[in-house]
Amino acid sequence: MSILDSKIPEGPLADKWTKHKNDINLVNPANKRLIDVIIVGTGLAGGSAAATLAELGYNVKAFCFQDSPRRAHSIAAQGGINAAKNYQGDGDSTYRLFYDTVKGGDYRSREANVYRLAEVSTNIIDQCVAQGVPFAREYGGLLDNRSFGGVLVSRTFYAKGQTGQQLLLGAYAAMNRQIGRGKIKMYARHEMLDVVIVDGKARGIIARNLVTGEIQRHSAHAVVLATGGYGNAFYLSTYAMGSNVTAAWKAHKRGAFFANPCYTQIHPTCIPVSGDHQSKLTLMSESLRNDGRIWVPKHKKDVEAIRNGSLKPTEIAEEDRDYYLERRYPAFGNLVPRDVASRAAKERCDAGYGVNQTGEAVYLDFASAIQRYGKEQAYVKGLDVDDKKVVTDLGKKVVENKYGNLFQMYEKIVDQNPYETPMMIYPAVHYTMGGLWVDYNLMTTVPGLYAAGEANFSDHGANRLGASALMQGLADGYFVLPYTIGDYLAHDIRTGPIPTDTKEFDEAEKNVRATIDKLINNKGTKSVDHFHKRLGKIMWNKCGMARNEKDLKEAITEIAELREEFHKDVFVPGGENEYNEELAKAGRVADFLELGELFAKDALERNESAGGHFREEYQTEGGEALRVKEYQYVSAWEYKGQASEAVHHKEPLEYKNIEVKERSYK
Amino acid sequence: MMNLTLKIWRQKNSNDKGSIVDYPVTDISPDMSFLEMLDVLNQELIEKGEEPVAFDHDCREGICGTCSLYINGRAHGPSTRITACQLHMRSFKDGDTIYIEPWRAKAFPVIKDLIVDRTSFDRIQQAGGFISVNTSGNTQDANAIPIEKENADKAFDAATCIGCGACVASCKNSSAMLFVSAKVSQFALLPQGQVEATDRVLNMVKQMDEEGFGNCTNTGACEVECPKGISLENIARMNREYLAASFKG
Repeated sequence: MSILDSKIPEGPLADKWTKHKNDINLVNPANKRLIDVIIVGTGLAGGSAAATLAELGYNVKAFCFQDSPRRAHSIAAQGGINAAKNYQGDGDSTYRLFYDTVKGGDYRSREANVYRLAEVSTNIIDQCVAQGVPFAREYGGLLDNRSFGGVLVSRTFYAKGQTGQQLLLGAYAAMNRQIGRGKIKMYARHEMLDVVIVDGKARGIIARNLVTGEIQRHSAHAVVLATGGYGNAFYLSTYAMGSNVTAAWKAHKRGAFFANPCYTQIHPTCIPVSGDHQSKLTLMSESLRNDGRIWVPKHKKDVEAIRNGSLKPTEIAEEDRDYYLERRYPAFGNLVPRDVASRAAKERCDAGYGVNQTGEAVYLDFASAIQRYGKEQAYVKGLDVDDKKVVTDLGKKVVENKYGNLFQMYEKIVDQNPYETPMMIYPAVHYTMGGLWVDYNLMTTVPGLYAAGEANFSDHGANRLGASALMQGLADGYFVLPYTIGDYLAHDIRTGPIPTDTKEFDEAEKNVRATIDKLINNKGTKSVDHFHKRLGKIMWNKCGMARNEKDLKEAITEIAELREEFHKDVFVPGGENEYNEELAKAGRVADFLELGELFAKDALERNESAGGHFREEYQTEGGEALRVKEYQYVSAWEYKGQASEAVHHKEPLEYKNIEVKERSYK
Repeated sequence: MMNLTLKIWRQKNSNDKGSIVDYPVTDISPDMSFLEMLDVLNQELIEKGEEPVAFDHDCREGICGTCSLYINGRAHGPSTRITACQLHMRSFKDGDTIYIEPWRAKAFPVIKDLIVDRTSFDRIQQAGGFISVNTSGNTQDANAIPIEKENADKAFDAATCIGCGACVASCKNSSAMLFVSAKVSQFALLPQGQVEATDRVLNMVKQMDEEGFGNCTNTGACEVECPKGISLENIARMNREYLAASFKG
């Protein structure tokens, strides 16, 4: 029997959440005023949780390292948010969204969690529209939808290529209303550096004011971490520069199990790396695959000619192009899930068909979409559908309306016009499905410590479908946590305020101060970035899109060595009692250097391929991921002083409402 | 590859007087982003044991609104419709001198070097930049009220403001009218926003004035420098809303 109790309610799948809500404890409104909740992170999950808990009457303290809660990296999500509204009448339903998500996650997620996610997805859209989120609409005034990878229906709601921004500003506005009422106390430019455990329960945090350097104690009856993912362990990623694992990792070191750290999403459509100076990678939304076709040249001679500049992609004839996704996966074509699309791009590039100087790029081409839309428009307007110029101009307009800001973003970075020549793209680290282990109530293995959004591991299994991150973040924050946290807090109505002048807070603060002092006074010679870049190279080369036993074992040794070197030789300029970005970065990279090792260890333990975790030893003859039945479990790691000594726990996964099959998109 | 002279505002903290300091940088690739060029400088400074230049940045893809550099006398630099993090060095040439300063406005005090405090923007939003609807899951169906596409699109355009503050930095009066009017307009254009329209515009404008932002004299500099192209029409709409609200209120 596993020591992990997922607390999944009894009863039929479709009734579990309703039944659970009816069974759990509530806190009466007068008592809510006596209870404090700390929320770390103000993205979609943290922002929506903060607003909702404050509306309910709890006293909320919210923390973010950015200068305003509006800037959390949820803001950068482009393409959309899924919901089983079935407004298009194309056969969508709660069950279908559930099914697609479990299948998309390669049968490595919990049925009950995913079903609940699908169930509340429709509430999210209603709530956001009520808040004034300006989703895209059709001419009839109703909401528009588009398609995303891995599904056969149109269920994605969007606001051009800025859906994350609009949803986050909705949550931010809801927070602002509560900040104005005094129900949320906002701590921007503050970073959580430890969680404080009193009598086995999470009762507060230690935070550092990033402007003054002041170390602060904050207490509460429960602590929620909504601090995002850890993809920046790879250094280059589509994450924001400040995104980090520190809050989650500190929680892990205080007893929260870390689940499936090796499940990382490498997104197929990002702008390729241009040089050593690169500080981050930019995503080109998956929504582009609605209309863009992915290809490389069929012949090596054309690849050579492209690389030496003697041939343009537009000069390659249709029959000399290899639309490899359409070729390999006729049923889903360019809209296969992300893990599948990324591996297929890598396969072509490894075979020598990459179309830029580094050999690591494929084309994403809008020429056929421009013609198709242009003809449609010309017909509607009664113009000549055979007039190439008229059709092209009209088609470009349609494409601009749909993806204008993404095209502009591409042009600014690459200096090429994607209306005229295909985009060049390559996979990049984008999201982490792994994270803190949580039960059905989103509570970690530490009582009173919750994890929401990307910071937890719960809903996406081994691979997340496009437009599901926004859905999960808001589901957790608006509709799940506000219920489940009440069940726990119902036992705290007589506790009274949590004092901060206790030995537990003393100890935690002392630890934080010791870590900072050590970094500041280290007489090293190399910058934080130097070590971060080296860690990123190990992660990308040995724990990236394709992994094997030998590489992973090497990665474990190399990361441990790099970590030792970091602590000996890192140089952090400036002082601790002032704004000092290098100091903040040093703390975050120190934690990435510990997480990285656990990541590789987890990938080594999982002797199968599933979703974003691809082990070269486990593949089908056709090069697809090969799942292994005995690995049908969640890996949850318990901290024991060092990453290398982490103890492995298993939560078996059962599928009663869905048949576990080969995951095929052919 | 380019060699450049950077003239950068250095200011230890909010009490320090601050001054421009010269830094040469060499071997800058035209493919680097402007912030990556600053990364190169900072790595050199760190290697010499000096303190790096502090500047605000996060997403580095033009959407979070964190970066806030005044480059050669223009908010976000010489290109239009982009943020400083989207600016690439191909916009400059070998031998150029580049001035880099923080946003300058009474309501945006300098924290350090190129970093300013923009919490005044948050406080304006807290005064009324929301629709008062609790999270229940029982609001009416999202398609219950059709919204004319033209209004929905205009509301969206206003809502794309990233809150960077370039409008304030570009305005000779340090006015925040474009920022405030974008939020007022977004809700004014949607049926959901009507109920609280009167209080919203009055409260947000009141807070804006209290924060020490200047008046609008219709120079239009804000619209020109706005990385998201927020239109001056929004200011006109807010003025109408304000006038109507004042009569009512």
